[in-house]
Parts: sequence; C-alpha cells; structure tokens
Amino acid sequence: MDELDPTVMLAVLLEMMGAWFWILGLLAVIGIAGFVYVLAVERTLSSRRLVRAELIGVLGGIGALVLMAYVTLSGFTDAGGPIDWLVIGLIFGGGLVGTTILAYAIGGLVSIFSGRKDRLKHRT
Amino acid sequence: MPNSTYMKFDRRRFLKLGAAGTALAVAPVVSGGEAAATVRTNARIVIAGAGAAGLSMAAQLSERLDGATITMIDSRVRHYYQPGFTLVAAGLKNAGYAVSRTADYVPRDVEWIEDSVAEFDPDGNKVITQGGQSVPYDFLVVAAGIDLDYDAIEGMEVDRIGQDGIGSVYHSPEMAEATYAAMSRFAEEGGVGLFHRPATEMKCAGAPLKYTFITDDVLRRRGNRARAELIYAAHDGVHFSVPIVSEKVRMLYQDRGIDTVFHHVLKQIDIGAKEATFDTPEGDATIDYDFINVVPPMRAAAAVRNSPLPWHTGPYAADGWVEVHRETMRHLRYPNVFAVGDIAGVPKGKTAASVKWQVPVAADHIAADLAGEESDSAFNGYTSCPLITRFGRAMLVEFDYHDNLMPSFPGIIAPLEELWVSWVMKTIALKPTYLAMLRGRA
Repeated sequence: MDELDPTVMLAVLLEMMGAWFWILGLLAVIGIAGFVYVLAVERTLSSRRLVRAELIGVLGGIGALVLMAYVTLSGFTDAGGPIDWLVIGLIFGGGLVGTTILAYAIGGLVSIFSGRKDRLKHRT
Repeated sequence: MPNSTYMKFDRRRFLKLGAAGTALAVAPVVSGGEAAATVRTNARIVIAGAGAAGLSMAAQLSERLDGATITMIDSRVRHYYQPGFTLVAAGLKNAGYAVSRTADYVPRDVEWIEDSVAEFDPDGNKVITQGGQSVPYDFLVVAAGIDLDYDAIEGMEVDRIGQDGIGSVYHSPEMAEATYAAMSRFAEEGGVGLFHRPATEMKCAGAPLKYTFITDDVLRRRGNRARAELIYAAHDGVHFSVPIVSEKVRMLYQDRGIDTVFHHVLKQIDIGAKEATFDTPEGDATIDYDFINVVPPMRAAAAVRNSPLPWHTGPYAADGWVEVHRETMRHLRYPNVFAVGDIAGVPKGKTAASVKWQVPVAADHIAADLAGEESDSAFNGYTSCPLITRFGRAMLVEFDYHDNLMPSFPGIIAPLEELWVSWVMKTIALKPTYLAMLRGRA
C-alpha cells in the first residue's frame, strides 16, 4: 500500500459518518437515478422546474455550510487562507448541486406520475 | 531467531513515498510491498500494551499472519483517544468523547490477557504478568506506553486537578474536563495563567503550546484578555524542538501577548499559595499563578524501565525508553523484540500519527522474518501535530527525524499557516482515522 488506498479512504469515511455514509450515498444514487429517469421520460429539461430546483439548491448549499459549522465546532469567520475559502465554496457547491438534482428529480417524478394518474382518470 | 544484520534501507525511496502521502486523515500505510502478503506461521507473538500502538499492531499482525498465536497483555479495559484530550480541556467535548472500550478493537483471533506485564525477560523470551502468568514468545512487541510521573513534582496533588487553579490536560479525560472547569474560572476572573512542559520526552509536545493558545482565545472571547497575563515556561531555549515551527510559535506568542521564559523546569508546586517553583540555570525561580496547566515528567512504563530493554546510554537511558533502531523499531540487542508507540526510544514522535507509521514498518519486519525474507520498510520519524492556535484554526505541522517539514498537501495546505481546514481535520477527521488505524484499516 505505497500509494493512497481507496479502501483507507472508505474506512475513514465509514468511521466518520457511520450509517450516514450509506444514507447519504443512497440519497445521491436515488437523486441521480431519478434525475436521469425524468430526463429520459420527458426528453427535455424543464427550465421552470430547474429554476425552482436551483432555488431549493441554494438552501441546500447553505444547509451544507451550517451542518459543517456544527460538526466542526467552528464558524466561517474562522477561514484563514485561500484553501479555506476554496473548501467553503466546494461545500456550498456540493450542497447546492446535490440538492438541485434531488429537487429536480422529485419535481419531475411527481409531475410524471401525477400526469399518468390524470391520464388514467380520463380513460375511466 | 531473526538476524538484524540483513536489514537494508532505501531512505530516498521511503522519503519520496512519505512526501507523496496525504495528511493523517488519509495518510497511507507504508510497507514493504511484496512482504504485505499473508504469511503462514505458527509463531507466538506477544504484544505488551493495548493502547493505540498495541491495538494497531494486533490488527496489522492479525491481518498479515495466518496461524500465529497473538497474545496481547494489558489490564486497561478503557481505551483513551488521547488526541481528543485537548478538545475536552477546551470545553468543546465532554470526557466521554475520548473514552471507548479496549474490547471493541481487539481482533477476534487475538487473545487478550487482562493483566499487566510485571516483568520482561528478553533473554528467556518470555514475559510475566502481574498475576504471575508466564507467557513465552517468539516475537515481542513492546507497546507499554508512558507513566505520568506527577510525584516528581513536589507538592502536586492529582486529586486537586480542577480546583485551586490546577489543570492537567494529560491525566485522563475526566481530568481534562476538570481542567476546563479550572481554566474557565480563570478566564472569568483573570490573573496569571502559567503553562510549561517537562524536561523529559513527552507525548505530543505541541499540546502544552496548544493549551496556552486555547486559554488566550477563551479570555479574548469573554472580553477578559486584558485582565490576564499568560506565561509559557519552556524547559530549554526554544518553544518547540523543530526550529522552523519554534520560530513560528514565537511569532504567534508575541502576537497574542504570551510571555515566554526559557530554561524553566517545574520542580515544586505550592497549591495553597498558588506558587510554582522552577529549576533554572540561575537557581530556583518562583512564579505566582492563578491557573496552571501541569504537565508531569513522562517516563517509560515501570515494568519496561526495570527490564533489560531500555537504552543503557544516551538521552533515552534515564527514563527507560526501549533501545530500538529508529527506522525499523527493532531492538538493537534483542532482534526478536520491537517497540512501537510512546515507549520507543527514538527522537520525537510520541504521537498517534507516529504510531500510524511505525506499526506497519515493525509489522512488516516481523512478517518478513517469519517468511524468511528481508524487509526494506523504514520509519522516517514522521509525526504530525495539528497545532491549535485559536478556536477554529490550527496549523497542520508535520515533520520527520531531521526537523524537515513533511506537508501532506504541499502547495495546498501550508504547514505554518493558521487555517480552518487544519482545524476541520482535527475536529472531524482525526478521530475516525485513529479508530480506523486501531482496526487495522488505515
């Protein structure tokens, strides 16, 4: 193991996050799968839904920063160098993008399935 | 019996690998490549001590050796996450944060004798426990740790920690919590805060410096800094043994208004009068205090000190540190004996970060011996100290035997800058890495 071993990274992340590692991982997989499914079914990117999802995504980004501040017992006024601001940006960006994808997927799935129900109602 | 004369070291290659490593949070284990394969053996291996080094070694050997009888001897059922003591003494975590059960980390195929080693008999290849049990071995790993010698400070009473302005972060998680209570009272009332370190080798030599910074920050956050004088009494002529780090700490202490006195070694404390007496080149010097963080002299565990294992000459002889080769961790007189962790008589490195790098090297040499092969694994003295300089910031200081800085993220995380990311590592990444290390997974 002369090089950085991904299994070491995984072991540390599992120790750090416990069950949350799998919960968040599952959420990420569901979010991405849902997003891809919605895109495949609708064959277009709904700009209105995307804007709404991005607005929710901003809240997700802020949430990621608040969570990070909570678990690290610190605040963002503690940033002391460029790497700190870069990491803060990445945390915000990660929260924003993840939440946006998830929100878009949920919105799309709701739209698709409610649309099907409507169609079923019309048939009967 | 293994022969120590065959050992070869490719230091350049090792240093290169070390430089390519990542921070403690993700630092890779360095081992000897081919020797990492499982070795079939019926060897008897005894590990004396179940602290960070002992448990980590048990996990590594359990993984590497098939069929070996591995016995770990230690009477302590509570395991301390010692790097967490500072956070407890800072009031950020409670004592429970640093306490877990030794049993949670003992590998299934390792026998744990819940007793302490009373006698080491390296000539007879056996150890004898306090309960009188004789345990023979083919290989011995000494990981018996440190004795905190509070008795060496005249007038010091351990049960007064937390009262009368007495703090001592090192004693235990509970006393680290009590230290916060005493420091917190001091931060309300002001006065003189006195900090120091012993003249002996010690665990994490950055910890006394950190606690001075933390106390300064608590005073500032409560608006009481002007009411307090902070004094750091160094045992020698520097703030820290690594010159470049020492100079940085000097600048930061100047910036924070922390006074330093040099060549002061605490010898006596008058708890009632709140006076600390130091041994100095000019004779005894007394400093009045309102709060003091007592750091006791540290020595090798008594059973090791009284055995044939320590150095007979040199700087590690007086306090009984085990005479090992600084790169292989192999005993210089008993080739089937290794020492890892705090007990090892090597420069610097009484930290969990050093354990993380020492243990795979020693394990690799044991496995190679058993396989009839040679190992070129070597430990370069790497150690790491996330030096907290205030709440929310730390310097990720990493260095080797030769006082070289060994930044894990060169060009990304500057080792001598006060950074939030270094604090983040200390607060959320260090403990998971430590626990993964105990389980042999990091």
